[in-house]
Amino acid sequence: MNSSQRGKVIQLYKNLLFLGREYPQGYEYFRDRLKKAFLKNKGVTDQKEIQMLLARGEYVIKEIEALYMLRKYRTLKQRYYAEKDNR
Amino acid sequence: MALRVLVGCKRVIDYAVRIRVKPDKTGVVTDGIKHSMNPFDEIAVEEAVRMKEKKIASEVIAVSCGPMQSQETLRTALAMGVDRGIHVDVSGKDYELLQPIHVSKILAKIAQEEKCDIILLGKQAIDDDSNQTAQMTASLLNWPQATYASKIEKTNGELQVLREIDGGLETVRVKIPAVISADLRLNEPRYATLPNIMKAKKKPIKKVTPGDLGVETDPRIEILSVEDPPERQAGIKVEDVDTLIAKLKEVGRI
Repeated sequence: MNSSQRGKVIQLYKNLLFLGREYPQGYEYFRDRLKKAFLKNKGVTDQKEIQMLLARGEYVIKEIEALYMLRKYRTLKQRYYAEKDNR
Repeated sequence: MALRVLVGCKRVIDYAVRIRVKPDKTGVVTDGIKHSMNPFDEIAVEEAVRMKEKKIASEVIAVSCGPMQSQETLRTALAMGVDRGIHVDVSGKDYELLQPIHVSKILAKIAQEEKCDIILLGKQAIDDDSNQTAQMTASLLNWPQATYASKIEKTNGELQVLREIDGGLETVRVKIPAVISADLRLNEPRYATLPNIMKAKKKPIKKVTPGDLGVETDPRIEILSVEDPPERQAGIKVEDVDTLIAKLKEVGRI
């Protein structure tokens, strides 16, 4: 792993931890799993493979953001638009 | 013509938090409770930022009225892409009884001072659900208003707004300057990511008081009592149809 990739991995971890604060099952739950996921790949040294894992991390970030957005949207829709339509 | 957009963002108790009423019935518990930006204001902020990205807007300014912590809400708006923030410091008793009329006056004043062309607000806040601020701001400025916006398009010097109304959609054209309030389906707000929040710390937040703007925030109302909604009564199980009918007759349903 070169130094720029090292920075990227740490940054990814930090960004994911930040996202975990709002996780429905709680921050602890999220943090434990996140740490496990990172530790699982700690032995990876191939740069290309690290690149792939980083991309996967970015993908997970997008997924979690989408999850939060949908959750908020649904809650608001249920609260304010319940009787209007059943879409 | 590049426009200047003013967006309002209210700091409210987070949508996912269970609201608890204080035992003395003077309000709801806010200490140590997670707060965030009013979801409808988030939609307004997103729309303003998109206007900037499409080069329709030249500058986006976010305003929040409230105590010191309102700056965190402004920070979120800045992280989403707003250029600068204005924090109108209202705290203590004045804040507890701050009404849409006060906020409207503050917004109207700031819009004039900052020479804004569009005021974008959330249609209502999820805490008091007043749904008055946008309407009153438009009225105070004597600007046209387009509330419950579901889609906003700019057509030479005017805005075409698709509005969500009972049982359908309505298209209106408003001249600029105008006040617009955002409905749920206007857009999907982006998430304020950690790197963007960090970057937003460099963006300026101006602090003013209502007094600086010449707006009085004296309480106009008095809260008599805040109570929980009535709890649902427990149901009962019945043996057969006859008892069901008897029970229904008893409660006067049939």
